[in-house]
Amino acid sequence: MTAIEKVKLARDPKRPHLKDFIREICSDFEELHGDRLVNDDRGLIGGFGTIGSEKVLILGHNKGATVEENMAANFGMANPDGYRKAMRLAALAEKFHVPVVTFVDTPGAYPGKEAEERGQAEAIAKSLEFFSRLKTPVVVVVTGEGGSGGALAIAVGDRILMMENAVYSVISPEGCAGILWRDGKKAPEAAEALKITAHDLAALGAIDEIVKEPAGGAQKNHRLACANVKKAILKALKELKGLTPDALLDARYAKLRAYGNFF
Amino acid sequence: MGWFKPKAEKTAIPPAKALWAICPKCKSHFEKAVWKANNAICPKCNYHGRLAVRERIAQVADAGTFAEVFRAVSYSDHLAFHDATGPYKAKVEATIKKSGETESIVMGTCAVEGHPVMLGVMDFGFMGGSLGTGTGERIARACEQAIAERRPLILFSASGGARMHEGILSLLQMAKTSAAIARLKEAGLPYISVLTDPTTGGVSASFAMLGDINVTEPKALIGFAGRRVIENTIHQKLPADFQSAEYLEKHGFVDKIVERKDLKKFLAKMLNYWGF
Repeated sequence: MTAIEKVKLARDPKRPHLKDFIREICSDFEELHGDRLVNDDRGLIGGFGTIGSEKVLILGHNKGATVEENMAANFGMANPDGYRKAMRLAALAEKFHVPVVTFVDTPGAYPGKEAEERGQAEAIAKSLEFFSRLKTPVVVVVTGEGGSGGALAIAVGDRILMMENAVYSVISPEGCAGILWRDGKKAPEAAEALKITAHDLAALGAIDEIVKEPAGGAQKNHRLACANVKKAILKALKELKGLTPDALLDARYAKLRAYGNFF
Repeated sequence: MGWFKPKAEKTAIPPAKALWAICPKCKSHFEKAVWKANNAICPKCNYHGRLAVRERIAQVADAGTFAEVFRAVSYSDHLAFHDATGPYKAKVEATIKKSGETESIVMGTCAVEGHPVMLGVMDFGFMGGSLGTGTGERIARACEQAIAERRPLILFSASGGARMHEGILSLLQMAKTSAAIARLKEAGLPYISVLTDPTTGGVSASFAMLGDINVTEPKALIGFAGRRVIENTIHQKLPADFQSAEYLEKHGFVDKIVERKDLKKFLAKMLNYWGF
């Protein structure tokens, strides 16, 4: 499969989204709302739930399957309020030593007027800083579109899992083609050059584990796709469980530090 | 429609361009010598234009104190990236040859009015000041050395964001630099971020916005998403001062707009308040 075909698959509206994962993976889930400042962002949601025998905080971009669902959730594009809500809930998880599981699936952070006025850049920056020092395990699953800084803001963790047909990139292939090829139609070339598939990212050391999808892609069989994700999450949580908070933070820093250290 | 641009006109443009500087904010024309003599600040609207990286260092560091570090940490072409205009490697090598710099941030130890610091200055002329793996590595090492030597960190940013040519690993430098800065802060050391024109994308959304204080210069462009991207998304015209230093100060995201002539004194004053 070419990179651009993976991009199409990763964006397929029939792919399982956050609410599908929660329904299939969690035996229970309670969403909690708001950043305690201005808003309850719908592009990024969170709450406590149970996966197997593990109590966790779930955070994720909230894409939908229909236009109506997507309109309500801003197509999974978070505002600063979303990232601040994520930090607020993660701090709560840390307080009670509850691990965090994030689901990454967004075209990017929302490019809006109010988003800029309320500090989109600051919210993402703060989130990167915050999750790098959070004293509870963080497992990240890139499930669909890992769109740039808006994805990374909730993708700093101890284990980075990525579904087989997901993509994760510094810029969308269309955006890159528009700038470096001066032609948005060259997105297939840009997608290839950027190396954004799970296999490429594993080779680069940007992710830790690829989660297998059902034949033809996750959209063909939600149940099986979610079961694979559940298994991978539980395995990661088990590996991280024994670590002291200090050992966890040291390992996380070493992991971040190793990204692209060719020097 | 080549006939609208006869060759004669083409040759007539360069000398004029060479003589005149145009303020990108108020569009006033000045002789280049006037612009330069005014320290790249618009004499009419006070826009603080882009300074060459070595010029900036000379204006901030005490004379003779700047000792560059990590020069061997340069770009990485791990994707063997190639776009419509050719290979990344050729482009970046040409930049290195022309500028004499080896990455988009120049890092070194120095004194600022006698205060020892770790100073980093981004170079917008180097691949648009983009954040590559070498840039991120230099910042992370700077934080670690600052912790070891108990030095405050001062970073001047000027960047269009993450460097596409280095793919996902350039995006991940946002996380790496933010983590390194978090540790510097935990060690009780100050970090002053000076956001200069322009600081956008992945750089504004990582270390540049994480200063204990965030400082900027008059009329600097600071933002996350590009103006055009936002206008196309929300189908509205944005105000003229959108994403300006003044706009950010009004909305509470920078501590102070400082004139270039006062900047060094201001930095020293802050370090002095905090006992460094």
